[in-house]
Amino acid sequence: MTEKNVIQTIHDTLWDSMKADDRVLIMGEDVGARGGVFRATAGFLDEFGEQRVIDTPLAESSIVGCAIGMAMHGLLPVAEIQFADFIHPAFDQLVSEAARIRYRSAGDWDCPIVVRAPYGGGVHGALYHSQSIEAFYGHVPGLKVVVPSTPYDVKGILIASINDPDPVLFLEHKKTYRLIKGEVPDEAYEVPIGKADVKREGEDLTVIAYGLMLHQALEAANRLEEEEGFGAEVVDVRTIAPLDKETIFDSVRRTGKAMVIYEDNRTFGAGAEISASIAEELMFDLDAPVVRIGGPDIPAMPYSTPLEHFYLPDTEAIYERLRELAKF
Amino acid sequence: MYRTMLTARLCDEAQFRLNRQGKAPFVVPVSGHEGCQIGSTWPFEKGKDVFLPYYRDMGICLVAGMTARDVFLGVFGKRDDPSSGGRQMPAHWGSRRLGIVTGSSPIATQIPHAAGIAYAMKLKNEAAVVGCWFGDGATSEGDWHEGLNFSGIHKLPIVWYCENNKYAISVPLSKQMAVKDVAMRAEAYGFEGVVVDGNDVLGCYDASKRAVDKARSGGGPTLIEMKTYRFHPHTSDDDDRTYRTREEVDEAKRNDPIILFGNYLKEQGLTDDEEIEKLRGEVKGQVDAEVDAAWSAPDPEPETALEYVFGRSGQGTGFKLLEGALQTTGGEATPAEPPGEGAKS
Repeated sequence: MTEKNVIQTIHDTLWDSMKADDRVLIMGEDVGARGGVFRATAGFLDEFGEQRVIDTPLAESSIVGCAIGMAMHGLLPVAEIQFADFIHPAFDQLVSEAARIRYRSAGDWDCPIVVRAPYGGGVHGALYHSQSIEAFYGHVPGLKVVVPSTPYDVKGILIASINDPDPVLFLEHKKTYRLIKGEVPDEAYEVPIGKADVKREGEDLTVIAYGLMLHQALEAANRLEEEEGFGAEVVDVRTIAPLDKETIFDSVRRTGKAMVIYEDNRTFGAGAEISASIAEELMFDLDAPVVRIGGPDIPAMPYSTPLEHFYLPDTEAIYERLRELAKF
Repeated sequence: MYRTMLTARLCDEAQFRLNRQGKAPFVVPVSGHEGCQIGSTWPFEKGKDVFLPYYRDMGICLVAGMTARDVFLGVFGKRDDPSSGGRQMPAHWGSRRLGIVTGSSPIATQIPHAAGIAYAMKLKNEAAVVGCWFGDGATSEGDWHEGLNFSGIHKLPIVWYCENNKYAISVPLSKQMAVKDVAMRAEAYGFEGVVVDGNDVLGCYDASKRAVDKARSGGGPTLIEMKTYRFHPHTSDDDDRTYRTREEVDEAKRNDPIILFGNYLKEQGLTDDEEIEKLRGEVKGQVDAEVDAAWSAPDPEPETALEYVFGRSGQGTGFKLLEGALQTTGGEATPAEPPGEGAKS
């Protein structure tokens, strides 16, 4: 066991995977000499050589597209999109190609790629370095979309993603990179894709969150217990697609109250699907309407501190809504 | 070679007949492209090289090992259609066994895939070559630029083939590009561009053979532009009378690659009209028999539409959890030198 932050965990897990399996390679913008703008691949070029650590041209569609070709010919590429905001040129390669290669060939071909992308706000990233993109891709059968939020889960889900037979979009909340620390086992292990996780147990209400919002939800839940004596169960979604509805439903059935928190624009976000599923399946278990907290429906997160704070659901606001729901 | 060209032509005529009879909702014609497709594909090594055709490339798939039966299983969307089991529109080719990479409808998306496959071949020290085909329309897409650029940077074992038939559906070359030849663009990617008469099957073979040999021996990519013409509309749903005069089409048919090759073979004393007619009758009989066989083949079961969204763990991938052996994900296992320093199997 070693205590690490999120970015160090990503670095070390990629390093171990490169060491363990020659098929694994890294590709993306500035991943080589620069070691990645967040230093996720620092030192990789010297250790593994430029054939397996590819500094690509500034061309997102072909970062994913070339990775698809490599995967179809026996390699296990881990492609980095420098910021999730820049992944949009690769939408066609992810949606029309990667997600459909197995389906359209009736299982003849497969596409085991991993695409890593730092997403999310709270770092003065403004319109083009703060976006949440999970809903675009969570809508696409054939793609797996994971959002691990703790160092332990990051390592286990990254290994599971590299070993997964299908394309995986691996989203990393960039504000958690150095903010969140935790104990990480030194040996290799998998955390299964498609399984949510109860990060805090409680009997009175259920909070469903992921990414930075998970950590804010945990903080608010602790305060609620201390100040009001209500026990909030916090479910970490971990995988957006395929969504683990059972773990969410199990918790909500017990507590009878559900709050979904996500930082993406509220409308049609991943939390909309979670809320709808709870409303659809658990109506007779619910003691209160499902509460949904999301970003406002403005094009993106603005830069200036007060504007950015206005956008992001903050812990105080989450606490207030939790208290209201607990007392409902 | 002539026989394969004739097979493609007669499959095309048959699929259009079936379309007009209401038995095939949608077909993609090949007629006019047989020379450039079959000539350019002929130098590849089956079982080793990889093919990325686009939807007009029936001729390429026939050379790569598909049969007329396979073509019509696809036309009728049958269960045993090797490309997709009836999931995709006809002419969206694919067969892992034959090295034909599954394709889609969006244009030029296969270009980066081709570059990625060639990169993997190079990394694994396979003496294999990728062939990637596309129309003139594809050359306007961003993926086309990105894929060719990547292949130039890494000097990949790949040959790019542009089947330039002068139209992206209805849009003429003059509205697609301001340069005379697509091949000129190769210079921007640091490799050779070649223009050939796409109706001359042997000329296409010759240019392709040199490029394939060069790629196989580490000489990097080549862009071959094969100037040709499509005799039919873009697809069975298109009406080319809205953008091409009949005179233009009739004029182009004077350079029919099958007629030109037949004339050459006759001039060389290798065949005569009687033999050609006999062969035509024989191939037509075979194609008609395959149409009948494919028509009566089983349809897919409706509920199988739910299959193959995701792989089952350990199914079809040859994956092992971080064990360190470099393996291909299916088909032949290809051992390779450990690439780069520090990569130890």
